[in-house]
Amino acid sequence: MTATGIGAPVRRKEDQRFVTGQGRYVDDFNRPGQTYAYFLRSPHAHATIRSINTGPAKIMPGVVAIFTGDDLAADKIGGLICGWMIHSKDGSPMKAGPHPALAQGKVRYVGDHVAVVIAETLAQAKDAAEAIVVDYEVLPAVADTAQATKSSVQIHDVSPDNTVFNWHLGNKDETEAAFARAKHVTKIDLVNNRLVPNALEPRAALGEYDPGNDNYTLYTTSQNPHVARLVLSAFIGVAPEHKLRVIAPDVGGGFGSKIFIYAEETVCVWAAKKVKRPVKWTSDRTEAFLSDAHGRDHVTHAEMATDENGKIIGLRVHTIANLGAYLSTFSSSVPTYLYAPLLSGQYDIPAIYCEVDAVYTNTAPVDAYRGAGRPEATFVVERLVEKTARELGQDPAELRRKNYVTQFPHQTPVIMAYDTGDYAASLDKALELADYKTFPQRKQESARRGKLRGIGFSSYIEACGIAPSQAVGSLGAGVGLWESAEVRVNPTGSVEVLTGSHSHGQGHETTFAQLVSDRLGIPIDQVSIVHGDTDKVQFGMGTYGSRSGAVGMSAIAKAIDKVIAKGKKVAAHVLEASEGDIEFKDGKFGVAGTDKTLGFGEVALQAYIAHKFSGQDLEPGLKEGAFYDPTNFTFPAGVHICEVEIDPDTGVTKIERWTAVDDFGVIINPMIVEGQVHGGIAQGVGQALLEGAFYDQSGQLITASFNDYCMPRAIDLPSFQVGMTVTPCPSNPLGIKGCGEAGAIAAPPAVINAITDALGHEDIAMPATPQAVWRAAQKTRMPMAAE
Amino acid sequence: MYAFEYHRPTSVSEAAKLAGQADDMKFIAGGHTLLPTMKMRLAGPANLIDLGQIAELRGITRSGDTLTIGAMTRYVEVLNSAEVRDAIPALVEMTELVGDPHVRHRGTIGGSIANNDPSADYPAACLALNATIVTDRRKIAADDFFQGIFTTALDEGEIITQVSFPIPSQAAYAKFRHPASRYALVGVFVAKHTDGVRVAVTGAGSNGVFRVAEMEDALSRNFAADALNGISVAEDEMNGDIHADAAYRAHLVGVMARRAVQAATLG
Amino acid sequence: MTTVSLTVNGQSVTADVDPRTLLVQFLRDNLRLTGTHVGCDTSQCGACVVHLNGQAVKSCTVLAVQANANIVTTIEGISQGGELHPMQAAFREHHGLQCGYCTPGMIMAAIDIVNRKGNALDEQTIRTELEGNLCRCTGYHNIVKAVAAGAQAMAQTPLRQAAE
Repeated sequence: MTATGIGAPVRRKEDQRFVTGQGRYVDDFNRPGQTYAYFLRSPHAHATIRSINTGPAKIMPGVVAIFTGDDLAADKIGGLICGWMIHSKDGSPMKAGPHPALAQGKVRYVGDHVAVVIAETLAQAKDAAEAIVVDYEVLPAVADTAQATKSSVQIHDVSPDNTVFNWHLGNKDETEAAFARAKHVTKIDLVNNRLVPNALEPRAALGEYDPGNDNYTLYTTSQNPHVARLVLSAFIGVAPEHKLRVIAPDVGGGFGSKIFIYAEETVCVWAAKKVKRPVKWTSDRTEAFLSDAHGRDHVTHAEMATDENGKIIGLRVHTIANLGAYLSTFSSSVPTYLYAPLLSGQYDIPAIYCEVDAVYTNTAPVDAYRGAGRPEATFVVERLVEKTARELGQDPAELRRKNYVTQFPHQTPVIMAYDTGDYAASLDKALELADYKTFPQRKQESARRGKLRGIGFSSYIEACGIAPSQAVGSLGAGVGLWESAEVRVNPTGSVEVLTGSHSHGQGHETTFAQLVSDRLGIPIDQVSIVHGDTDKVQFGMGTYGSRSGAVGMSAIAKAIDKVIAKGKKVAAHVLEASEGDIEFKDGKFGVAGTDKTLGFGEVALQAYIAHKFSGQDLEPGLKEGAFYDPTNFTFPAGVHICEVEIDPDTGVTKIERWTAVDDFGVIINPMIVEGQVHGGIAQGVGQALLEGAFYDQSGQLITASFNDYCMPRAIDLPSFQVGMTVTPCPSNPLGIKGCGEAGAIAAPPAVINAITDALGHEDIAMPATPQAVWRAAQKTRMPMAAE
Repeated sequence: MYAFEYHRPTSVSEAAKLAGQADDMKFIAGGHTLLPTMKMRLAGPANLIDLGQIAELRGITRSGDTLTIGAMTRYVEVLNSAEVRDAIPALVEMTELVGDPHVRHRGTIGGSIANNDPSADYPAACLALNATIVTDRRKIAADDFFQGIFTTALDEGEIITQVSFPIPSQAAYAKFRHPASRYALVGVFVAKHTDGVRVAVTGAGSNGVFRVAEMEDALSRNFAADALNGISVAEDEMNGDIHADAAYRAHLVGVMARRAVQAATLG
Repeated sequence: MTTVSLTVNGQSVTADVDPRTLLVQFLRDNLRLTGTHVGCDTSQCGACVVHLNGQAVKSCTVLAVQANANIVTTIEGISQGGELHPMQAAFREHHGLQCGYCTPGMIMAAIDIVNRKGNALDEQTIRTELEGNLCRCTGYHNIVKAVAAGAQAMAQTPLRQAAE
């Protein structure tokens, strides 16, 4: 390992600009003649729009234009789409209601887009928006997940009972048979609380139109600018694909919420042509709460069957998944193929059956949020396993160990074929780091101080990479999920890598450069990573699902292999040897068995000056591209152990220790990987203890600011003890599994298992706020000091 | 934010005069409640009178058994004041829990008191310490000043100039933060004076800051946490939201009161 | 319009502004100092923290006119001669940032912590003092490490501190 190669904790190249305030986020861009957009949003959860009178607003100072859904319709601008088709059990396609970028006749959630005001200043746009008169006929609303199909409210014409689909996976008969012969059945009812992603940078969009060339440009906060361009052009129809340039510059966190194609960016591009000036919109935080796609929101009943030896023999799950008022870009995939296929966890479970009823409600659309389906699955499995251990009187660590998959590959009953892993190794390491053996002493010491201490496990697995394309296509995906790369070697030997992945905090400019430096034997400062601009980068699928390492870097590796192959041809000509005798090692091309070598830079120069070979023999230049489609999902897995202490007087839960042992396969930069783990845990702890988006019965979001929605602060979290085990992933050339979502997937059940351990009963839901824990602790028998 | 006209007086009399002339005006002190409200367009005064340049509204003095703090004194100045720390250390300890460091660099005592947010900390201190709120027109006892959420005895255009705190023999503040906003979900200030103990509660009450007579009586007889055993506040007078319903708030009043007394007696 | 004159990163600035202009808007829109960010509307997140007369404040909750005659330091004003401020360097060295959006506010807050609490900061102090700054990426683990290290490094460069 070199100081900057694979496996080295290289300090990030991008940090120079971020720590000096020179990062360039969408809102930092300003274009000549720029106007400002402000969206008038529905104050009602459900209403018919009888009329919109923009007349008085249009004559207010600074107003450039006001548009409504009628204007979009007149220009034949299509609605927003959901790109993953799910079929119900009966074979019928999901019921996708129309999703106009600006409301047409009806609003379906608080924050739904009614009109856009474009003005010289943002303040003027807001002033004018207040003068728009909308005549609403307010309709009854339904916001509660479990009530959606029972309500008389009908949100979309296509779905009389608000059902989007009734989907299932697994083998029902085998599962029923397993339960029939079970020695013990553990039952649980769970709510996976609705979350707001809250990337610290709010969404923003800046649209611009160049009439001379009929070109459109959109600066947007996107995790996948090419997908945004494809959807905006091919489906929504705001501009032809080849005429639309989408730029996603520095993006301040995504966590899934910036994958999707939203109304605001659609309108900004379209309106820029209408008003013949650039149109800029920047979300404020309240708008973000109302209109960013939310995450989670499941109501689940699940049962686990075990035999007389404590072996899990069956799992059955019924989930109601709230998808909100409209189907967001990938929403349908989250509670289906990103959820149920993970219900086997790390365990050898012969029979699994899962039913998912997806419903509409008068709430913000719900889509992927860090982990997307996999945290929900892990919460079901890990809460059930922990509860089973308690009901059987077994050690929760040992019950897990007994049920681990140990032979690979392992085909689960729910699609996935686990390729490799060593789950017991992670458990052993975690138990040691967490000092599990001495936990009883710590519990006793807490009791002496009148506190309740608990320990909880989470043995999670995830399916990452979100690929291969054939597989996801067969499951309903509207796109392929490969990744592309182009490696451009300059005549001076420096290298630019154009990647379809997008970095919004992940540090790609460093890790991707490490791979290039390592493979080509050139200094890391000779490598630039280019991403986030459809005019620069060939097509790409973007960053989500922990896929940039496993898929994005594999594409780079493939392109590098081609560069080396071409370099060998060039070197053969220059060194007057046969191509088969050329070896590439440590950044040098050499003739086997001789001391004749050429540096990488010399070969690059020779490739471009092309003096040593004829164009008939070899094309000049040194630039190669690759599209990489993996052969399987990847399966990161690990064990997290959470230890809490509860103050029963106040209900405050303090996380005393956090141990994480993860197997991410081969690691490029351990510093960055650990950072990803830390951040994921924080979001998972947030879900378990602090965060929850709540709508009241009328559909008003009552947690629409940081004053009401509790974000994790430094004081809410401990320092984390992070360890690694490594089983290289066999399904990509780098052995990478992915690390971006692990913490958020692992953490919630670890926290709740620890709290229920401390309480001595299971009756607590997420978020386990101080109030909830205090109330639950009323039912706890306080340990005597002498115990 | 709606447009407004901005005024920057340099004396109390000039500020009062401006206030008398201007329609639909608000004073701005530290601005940490008013500006967020204006940004959300929940307030939109036509005239904003900035008290930030009025030197006579700042400063901390001790005279005998009374500590006096100028209305425009920022929290950070209280924290850095040896005089406050010496006279009423509980006031420093409470101030350390107000907002966050950045808020404490801007927020002022007078602004907090004039706003009387039902979850603010200083109203509890004023009430428990039996403070006198001095304005450009009169002196108002804390008991008369706080009149329910966001409501005070201040008349239109009346300016708080300073707050006088009698120095107690023992005092402490215990705060349970609202998980999201970090305001007081429940804050209890206890102060032992020569003529008895005062207990003031912020955050919890549906009508803003209030005193708890039963706790005061018990603690006046015996200033110890155990004296509070069996005493509770009525749930039906408590606030409720998703983070804390009335029953939980009522319970926390008891817990925080005991912790405040423990802290006061330890000190 | 109201005239404001202030010193920003050592330079005198005078401008006529609408009185409702927030200090953060003035910095970003008038002066194009876009390192200072806005992450919320409720004075919670701290992405907008700058130093006003040497003290950390939330520039989203200060009117530009309130800062008249004051001295403002932003993230763009703390490195000198092309060399990072020790706190900037510590954030880089300890991976105290990911997406970078909260980072300018975090660094300005961290320097302020050192100014108030000294150079030897324990974990509890740092976590408590970061009350007013939200980060969604890092879980704070590496921010805490960076602040502790940056604080120590600041002790070794007293001249740089004084210049800030």
